[in-house]
Amino acid sequence: MNRLSDFMLPDARSTFAGDVDALFNFINVVSLILLIGITIAIIYFAYKYRRKSEDETTPLITHNSKLEITWSVIPLILVIIVFGWGYNGYLNLTTAPDDAYEIRVVGKSWLWEFHYDTGFVSVNELHVPANQPVKLILSSDDVIHSLFIPEFRVKMDALPNRYTSLWFEATEPGEMTIYCTEYCGSAHSNMLADLYVHSQEDFQTWLETADAVDETLSPAELGQQLVQRQGCLACHSLDGSTLQGPSFEGIFGRDRELQDGSVVTIDENYLRQSIIEPNTQVAAGFPAIMPSYAGSLDDRQIDAIIEYLKTLD
Amino acid sequence: MATSESTNIKKIQVRRFKPDENPTSNYLTEERGLWAWMTTVDHKKIGWMYLGSIAIFFAVGGILALLLRTELLTPAQTFFTADAYNQLFTLHGAIMVFFFLVPSVPAALGNFILPLQLGCKDVAFPRVNLLSFYIYVVGALFTLFAIFTGGVDTGWTFYTPYSSSAAGGNVMAMTFGVFILGFSSILTGLNFIVTIHRMRAPGLTWNKLPLFLWALYATSIIQILATPVLAITLLLLTMERLLSIGIFDPALGGDPVLYQHFFWFYSHPAVYIMIVPGFGIISEIISTFSRKHIFGYWAIALSSLAIAFIGFLVWGHHMFVAGQSSLANLVFSFLTFLVGIPTGIKIFNWIATMYKGSIDLKTPMLYVMVFLFLFTIGGFTGIMLGALAVDIHLHDTYYVVAHFHYVMVGGMVMAFLGGLHYWWPKMTGKMYNEMWGRISCAIVFIGFNLTFLPQFVMGSLGMPRRYFNYLEQFQGYHVMSTYGSYILGLGFLMVLIYLTHSIFKGKKAPANPWQSRAMEWQAPSPPPLHNFEHTPVIIHGPYDYHKPMSEFQLGIAGSHNGHGHHEHETETKTVEADK
Ligand code: HEC
Ligand code: HEM
Ligand SMILES: [Cu+2]
Ligand SMILES: [Cu+2]
Repeated sequence: MNRLSDFMLPDARSTFAGDVDALFNFINVVSLILLIGITIAIIYFAYKYRRKSEDETTPLITHNSKLEITWSVIPLILVIIVFGWGYNGYLNLTTAPDDAYEIRVVGKSWLWEFHYDTGFVSVNELHVPANQPVKLILSSDDVIHSLFIPEFRVKMDALPNRYTSLWFEATEPGEMTIYCTEYCGSAHSNMLADLYVHSQEDFQTWLETADAVDETLSPAELGQQLVQRQGCLACHSLDGSTLQGPSFEGIFGRDRELQDGSVVTIDENYLRQSIIEPNTQVAAGFPAIMPSYAGSLDDRQIDAIIEYLKTLD
Repeated sequence: MATSESTNIKKIQVRRFKPDENPTSNYLTEERGLWAWMTTVDHKKIGWMYLGSIAIFFAVGGILALLLRTELLTPAQTFFTADAYNQLFTLHGAIMVFFFLVPSVPAALGNFILPLQLGCKDVAFPRVNLLSFYIYVVGALFTLFAIFTGGVDTGWTFYTPYSSSAAGGNVMAMTFGVFILGFSSILTGLNFIVTIHRMRAPGLTWNKLPLFLWALYATSIIQILATPVLAITLLLLTMERLLSIGIFDPALGGDPVLYQHFFWFYSHPAVYIMIVPGFGIISEIISTFSRKHIFGYWAIALSSLAIAFIGFLVWGHHMFVAGQSSLANLVFSFLTFLVGIPTGIKIFNWIATMYKGSIDLKTPMLYVMVFLFLFTIGGFTGIMLGALAVDIHLHDTYYVVAHFHYVMVGGMVMAFLGGLHYWWPKMTGKMYNEMWGRISCAIVFIGFNLTFLPQFVMGSLGMPRRYFNYLEQFQGYHVMSTYGSYILGLGFLMVLIYLTHSIFKGKKAPANPWQSRAMEWQAPSPPPLHNFEHTPVIIHGPYDYHKPMSEFQLGIAGSHNGHGHHEHETETKTVEADK
């Protein structure tokens, strides 16, 4: 039985996962037994009662109430077990303990923002402590997204008009992938985030230092770090290929045709404007889908990104 | 129903009418020419026009599927861009569901067979029948228009607010196409219900109604009751996009989850529109090829109706993670399991029908066996998805993709192919090639499992659905699935080739090649324009294999027979009739 779940399920890394896996296995095993029974019956009958001559006759058997009741009641009992078990597990998933550590999650086409209680925001990167309940409170800035962590067996839609939530307790430190599972357009399948589960001490340290600026970094190096961390690379490539937006390769000093037909040269002001209010100057041939970074990046960070973009030629 | 009407007992003079083995004229030889076909009100020709159309759509949808699978051979971009991929899966899903599967059995095979099984000349409203076909065509044209004017990338579910605001392309034309299509479905359902109620041959009481007709009856009820909801939903969507009236889009003050409720209120019953007619075919074939009375006639007939009714109450199981209340989830999960029971009952009854039968493993019967195996897997994995805690993990992953393909392709498409082979001699007057039939069936079976079994595994491992790009760890499964789809495609192609070939070069079919007792087999192959040259009279049920064939070939003695040189053994029978 465990073999089956090792093969079919990702590692179980939350307190919740074991119960889900047990039910998964139970349904699989019962189904497999019934399926084998049914298949054997079909093949056996097809062979045993194969037509031997053209004018064969068959007995008249129209129905049998006892049989009919048996094969209605036994499956009924089985599904009621499965139903109760499944509902019970679900209740555990929806009722978060009061002491859960809360993190706000915002889905945007196509990135995930994680807001911690310190005010720090990480993009496409979620850090959580192990062995402590964590509650994610989800919402969306645009269309519906859905946050899925396979190893934890949790998933919840992020809706634009209200909050939803899920909770989990990770059992061990490690790294995992978070997926968006509600179709949300072009880059739906790139809307992934990295999940880092730290031990509780490591998490505290991370949280305290996450905001701190590494003074040894040059502006361009800081810019590079930000471009990676803020999810820009989901839409902008560094190698000239076109993703959702124009490539950053050789961006500075290039001519840019805008949607209204005018042509501008890409300079510091243009870059700054593109990051803070991207929809005021939309590059021709691209949809106006870039999220605004006003509020999530400060002046120093935007300057650093601009310095970094200048180095890409 | 059965008791209240069977009180009318009538004496009718009947005599035997053996079906003409060498009819000089039939529905294909009369009213020839393109114009005659296009304006025909003959249910058989309309059935053919539907069959031709759905075959085209199946081919288009199938090619799109192969393109999708080919793209998925590697993560990231293999051939198509992400946007192209998203359009491809939207079209594949929408075409397969709305333009192939929904009309496949009812409108194509059902149109042909229903009046024959009832022993009547045509459906109750032949002109309306033709109208539904043209409505279908207009709906299809709108969809083509949508494809060529920008495509649609919302998924066949058109979820808001993506479909009402963000999506590119021509969502409007597409939803309008589906909206129009709905009327075709409603009219066909209405036509069938009235025909079944009003046009049964003398003696054909409800307890003798073939199970295929019970299934079509249940399906028609769903079509009439559920389709208007889809129509209204799509209309609201259109109003939102065109007039910016806030209904589903939160930016305008609407509620996107409301859309999901509306959509699934239609689309869950619709999955029963897509499978219940298949159940009917299975009952017909399994009894004929086991040459044995169907086991549990009423259990099978009533379970179709039960599924039709409970099926209306389970739509919420598509929204377990959409922020629905726990209470709603509890109720929907429970009702979902309840639908499983009548489905299980059917499977057991079919297998019991084989017991002590005289089983002939011809192609239609092979498809039935394939159906039983694949549909059972589809059903069990449905139970898995109904279990709340597990569904949270599996929802919107490839597990769901595999599940619905097992139900829709492994179930309905297999039943459809079984039915197509079964009725092929009646429809064309020609026999298909039995050997090629069996070989293709085996290839379809292997290809199907190779395509969709790996999807259960990758889905449980966490591979989300509607992903253009994926993590490398899933590649092995995707590659296997893609190769499987090529084999499956080959299987379908072979079916197309030998069936087409048989129309021109096939052996001539006898009136009743399977020695079936059902009414449609007592007409010549192919049937004359008005199906029967006499008024059929029915005294036994369609599965009474213990009665001699001669008692299934009765008609009202006075009624006209085109070739009156048969022996005249007039006798008087007491017949239950409701008129
Ligand atoms: C969701 C996808 C997405 C993300 C994430 C994103 N962008 Fe963009 N970006 C676009 C698109 C699409 C355009 C072109 C349309 C426009 O000008 O608004 C664009 C345009 C730009 C431009 C103008 C480029 C030109 O050639 O005209 C700059 C500069 C830019 N983005 C910087 C960034 C930075 C820096 C980040 C990360 C902090 C980022 N973007 C994140 C989608 C994105
Ligand atoms: C010929 C074999 C088929 C193959 C190889 C195939 C393959 C696929 C693939 C690759 C997807 C996309 C999944 C995703 O990106 O998440 C898909 C989706 C789908 N398929 Fe098929 N398919 C086949 C036949 C069918 C048939 C016959 C039907 C229905 C009668 C069908 C109905 C659907 C539906 C409804 C979807 C969902 C589309 C969506 O996610 O919006 N498929 N199929
Ligand atoms: Cu998404
Ligand atoms: Cu459903």
